[in-house]
Amino acid sequence: MNPSGPHQAAKPDFKRSVASALANAHLGAAMDTATRRQDTARRAMMPELGDPLAVRNLGAQIKNHTLQHLDRYVEQLVENVRKNGGVVHFAETAEDACQIVADIAREAGVQRIVKSKSMVSEEVHLNEALIDAGFEVTETDLGEYILQLADERPSHIVTPVLHRTREDIGRLFADKLGMEYTEDPPTLTAVARAVLREKFKSADMGITGVNFAVAETGTLAIVTNEGNGRMCTSVPRVVVSLMGVEKIVPRLIDLAVYLKLLAKSATGQRITCYTNLLTGPRRAGDVDGPEAFHLVLLDRGRSEVLGGDYWEALRCIRCGACLNACPVYRKIGGHAYESVYPGPIGKVITPLLNSLADYKDLPQASSLCEACYEACPQRINLPAMLLRLRDELRHGGYAPLSWRIGFKGWRLGMQSHGFYSWGAALGRIFMRLLAKDGWVRRMPAGPGAVWTRYRDLPLLAKRPFHKRWPALKAELDRKRREEPS
Amino acid sequence: MRITLFVTCLTDLYYPDVGECVVRILDRLGHEVVFPRKQTCCGQPALNSGYTDEARAIAARMIRVFADAETVVTPSGSCCSIVREYYPELFKDDPVLHPQAVALANKTFEFVEFLQKVQKVDWSRWNLRYLGTATFHYSCHHRGIDMAPEDVIGLIREFRDLEYRPLEKMEQCCGFGGTFAVKFGDISGAMVKDKVACIKATGARVLICNDGGCTLNIAGACRREGVDVEIRHIAELLDAAMGANGHQVKEVSQ
Repeated sequence: MNPSGPHQAAKPDFKRSVASALANAHLGAAMDTATRRQDTARRAMMPELGDPLAVRNLGAQIKNHTLQHLDRYVEQLVENVRKNGGVVHFAETAEDACQIVADIAREAGVQRIVKSKSMVSEEVHLNEALIDAGFEVTETDLGEYILQLADERPSHIVTPVLHRTREDIGRLFADKLGMEYTEDPPTLTAVARAVLREKFKSADMGITGVNFAVAETGTLAIVTNEGNGRMCTSVPRVVVSLMGVEKIVPRLIDLAVYLKLLAKSATGQRITCYTNLLTGPRRAGDVDGPEAFHLVLLDRGRSEVLGGDYWEALRCIRCGACLNACPVYRKIGGHAYESVYPGPIGKVITPLLNSLADYKDLPQASSLCEACYEACPQRINLPAMLLRLRDELRHGGYAPLSWRIGFKGWRLGMQSHGFYSWGAALGRIFMRLLAKDGWVRRMPAGPGAVWTRYRDLPLLAKRPFHKRWPALKAELDRKRREEPS
Repeated sequence: MRITLFVTCLTDLYYPDVGECVVRILDRLGHEVVFPRKQTCCGQPALNSGYTDEARAIAARMIRVFADAETVVTPSGSCCSIVREYYPELFKDDPVLHPQAVALANKTFEFVEFLQKVQKVDWSRWNLRYLGTATFHYSCHHRGIDMAPEDVIGLIREFRDLEYRPLEKMEQCCGFGGTFAVKFGDISGAMVKDKVACIKATGARVLICNDGGCTLNIAGACRREGVDVEIRHIAELLDAAMGANGHQVKEVSQ
């Protein structure tokens, strides 16, 4: 199985892509502004839930319950989608998903396809597969449309073009659409809108992702801020929705929890501008809607995750709050992760849905600051999962010999206070050889050399606390005797 | 109250003054402080690096060393969060050590948390005073022990004549992250540079930082970048102010 699909480039090289991201000051500034704006908006909006923690806990509980009975809810969803007149397909792998969608398009005589935003379609590289199969595919989410023009991947799971400033986009539009340069967002948006209107009018097929799939009614909830999701599901004669199996919620009323949590966490909105509930194809008497409706349920490793130690990561509703809160993501941007899912959630699910060997750097590249855990509306303990993945890496043969020896030594040293104390004293003697005015400016090799690339290292204290304690204790005891309180 | 000090290895070896200040403050507040000399490290470096077995061995030792303590106080939110968030999890399959890990987790408090949330100290009688400008960096692992920035800032605001200057991106990680700083030196370096630039922009004389790891990182980077700011644990300010009891304290003694 090659779950990353046929279009995956060479093996990921995280350190190399980080180096190039950090060298790009323009990117750093764009990321800092955009992520902080979104993070601030989220924080400002969450109190509207009244008791945000209670709502987040409820969201987590509902998903936990659903995941624990996923077989039952998949069955119920499938039954109800069929009852509504839809056709359900199961895709085990990325290739299966692409094949299924291409076959649907071919059998329906489709030529032109419009798409609303879908991360799972990015995951299976659907666009490339459909274009290779001869179809015209147009992304209709403004951000995704910009990326399609630029031939880039999303750098964020909600705001895919976060890494680009409006000046970048102005230049891109001037270059690709032959218009005069402007960086005025309304003008740029109007131009994109005019192009996309024509695409909608002439499309035979619409493809969407799914935010939530309601098992009890077979309803799909698709939220957007641009209305393109509604156009994709109401204008073309064939509609295909693609979802990971973890997107199921049991009841329609559960949307009351998730629609609030998603909009607030993702973009700091009370509710998204457009909330579509799609329940099958056009019925007799309906004024619009597709003639045919297909739902593709993708597994691609999710069942395996569900059976393992990280199953709670499947609670993720793809709001991107953890990306916006993450100080590492802010510095390196989404592309550096070389994964469809970047940021903290990406560091966990990318190795799980692909292979830990290919993405062995991702779980390590976190300061474990827990900003993601604090931001997550589904209360996924990503830092704890990163620690578990690190432990797996260590036992999986990915730990360098020097580190293994280092931690064996550390363990010995910390097991005995004598070793600890002597080790510190020896360390100070060694450091004094390198220090000037109490600081080391450059360590010769090893981890210390990495440290001193960006910071000075102070000398260990001349007398550590444990050596000062007896005198301190005696002083306090004496005082107490002299002035009893 | 009888309080057992868990000084932490970084405070012990790099910032012993902080340890002394904590002891004096607790003593002034009428507590008896004991210090088990056998203590070393809580195991965090190994745990955070994925060396869970090594971390478990050191954690087990730590549980033994503090077995007799009634209340454990530590001047590091980071080490406190390891004991509270991860010790019970580390021993979840160990019927003997698990209850002891839970017991230690339940009786361990970070220094400011202990003063403000457990003891709810009334500072008015201490007449705290500090003449100067100060800003505050929020250490990430305070999240794990449910200490919000306001919990520390509330204590900072108790100092008369202290001009508090808010730090932009106060809650953004300084880039330390233990071994992260040397595994991904360039990302960590970019993060600490950002932090130093924000500190510089406040123009504050003192940065209050209550975690040895962040202090080691931020102080070293400030020195490298030529930013002249004193980095102090709040215990250092408190100790000086309590000692002076209303008299002017301008500079914290080295």
